[in-house]
Amino acid sequence: MKKWSFESQRVAYAETLIELGKKYPDMVVLDADLSTSTQTARFGKVYPDRFFNMGIQEQNMMGVAAGFATTGRIVFASTFAVFATGRAYDIIRQSICYPKLNVKIVASHAGITVGADGASHQMIEDLGLMTTLPNMKVFVPADAPQTREVVRGVAEEFSGPAYVRLSREKVPTVTDGHDFDLFRAQVLRDGSDVTVIATGLLVAAALEAAEMLKGDVDVRVVNMVPIKPIDREAVVKAARETNGIVTAEEHNIYNGLGSRVAEVLVEEHPTPMRRLGIPDVFGISGGGWELMDYFNLNARGIVEKVKEVIM
Amino acid sequence: MPVVSIEKVQRLRTLAYDIRRWVIEMTYRAGSGHPGGSLSAAEILTVLYFHEMRLDPEHPRWPDRDRFVLSKGHAAPAYYAALALRGFFPIEELYTLRKIGSRLQGHPSMDLPGVDMSTGSLGQGLGVGVGMALAGKLDKRDYRVYVLLGDGELHEGSVWEAAMSAAHHSLDNLVAIVDRNMIQLDGPTEEILRLESLEAKWRGFGWHVVEINGHDVVQIMEALEIARNVKGRPTVIIARTIKGKGVSYMENTHKYHGKPPRTEEEYRKAIEEIEEARRKVYEEVEF
Repeated sequence: MKKWSFESQRVAYAETLIELGKKYPDMVVLDADLSTSTQTARFGKVYPDRFFNMGIQEQNMMGVAAGFATTGRIVFASTFAVFATGRAYDIIRQSICYPKLNVKIVASHAGITVGADGASHQMIEDLGLMTTLPNMKVFVPADAPQTREVVRGVAEEFSGPAYVRLSREKVPTVTDGHDFDLFRAQVLRDGSDVTVIATGLLVAAALEAAEMLKGDVDVRVVNMVPIKPIDREAVVKAARETNGIVTAEEHNIYNGLGSRVAEVLVEEHPTPMRRLGIPDVFGISGGGWELMDYFNLNARGIVEKVKEVIM
Repeated sequence: MPVVSIEKVQRLRTLAYDIRRWVIEMTYRAGSGHPGGSLSAAEILTVLYFHEMRLDPEHPRWPDRDRFVLSKGHAAPAYYAALALRGFFPIEELYTLRKIGSRLQGHPSMDLPGVDMSTGSLGQGLGVGVGMALAGKLDKRDYRVYVLLGDGELHEGSVWEAAMSAAHHSLDNLVAIVDRNMIQLDGPTEEILRLESLEAKWRGFGWHVVEINGHDVVQIMEALEIARNVKGRPTVIIARTIKGKGVSYMENTHKYHGKPPRTEEEYRKAIEEIEEARRKVYEEVEF
């Protein structure tokens, strides 16, 4: 099995915030008493006047972020994914998305790899909640280098709401950050039999699975960073050029990457498909990677789905 | 209190009745909308838009303008009337309220010139106001931020999150105004979920509290002047008002919270009563 190097997305996020803070002297960053976890505290150390720890008030943080954004600046708001999207959903809907304000929600500790904190803290439906909102754009960087690109991208490439999903765990570096296009999927490995479209932590697992199947099944691996708007072209191309699609994500099986890919395929190129994700159950306590294995969200799980889809 | 002429007071009181007339006109034509809480806020909106706020209707996005957030977004008819009368958009457009293709959405949208924040889902305006006020402090701009809340709206927990936050950040450039008309959609606030003592609640959260008669334009002007001079903390004005003020059959009832005049007769009666009250402004010399 390939040896990966691991790097923290959260630290990459904070470093990029500091870089952007220098470039945009009116940019502000908000957090809700988790800044030492999300790492936004690092921005606060460099730019104390432009960092606001709002306390344990996710709703108010989003409202304040909206108010700040009405004054024409870039606003970042961060906390754990479960609180950022679930607790504050209506504020995000009414006060950020409806008026299309320039608030970038970057949430860490997404998915089950939060680990020991258990189901209450393991956000597995955030992609569903955020993609369903008009005006919202949603991105899942696969590793730390891509986190830097995505954070720069959401700040600089468009004005309007964005949701970026980050992991608690240090994650395997699967890209070099070069030739990055915020709105495009990347083919990390070409193949002609089956395409695995993966996002976030599952991208590394997809590459491992492709390696395991080598000589048996020729697997293409696509890293889908933009969940919304999804890269339709990459999905359709994969459907045309290979014989089946497998999606893999650290998210509920409903309303995440698998659902988005299925929507595209149904309309444009119906194709045999399997989805790997969390089977519509709440998580449990355990180590982050241990839980990934528990839910079969690993290379082995992907191999099984690939075999299913070409049977 | 700066010297204010009788003519100005009369003009403001008259304008409040102009707004009321429009509230009836607009909601009757639309066949829906919220007259009760619009009528109770008429003087508050009048004083804000025709006396207190620093505005330029020709430049609705002027960075140094004072901001207003209608947290009780359902009072949109009164808000739209105030904006139109102040010159932010043509008065004729008021007839399009809630019609398809109109900029006058059922609840305020920032697509309409003069609207600083889209609102409608209760409990969100004060937090947005906190963000605007913090931005003002950060940018060293001296604009002020006004947020109008309904009393029933104070049931929402997010209001108190924002209240705590505003006091923590010493936002003396932020003013909350509570339209204390005592009635919400289903009935009296004190029966549905008790709010009193409101004064003690806001004071406990670190706000300077001023209580006034919310239909007395002079008291509203004075309260806003007091707020200007309070330093280091935000001010809340608890404006005691009458739900449905100005239309006898709409007053002090929840029945017209979200229903316009239902018949031609009701419509005519409302307009007549409002016009009568407007005429009386020039007959009274009590102030």
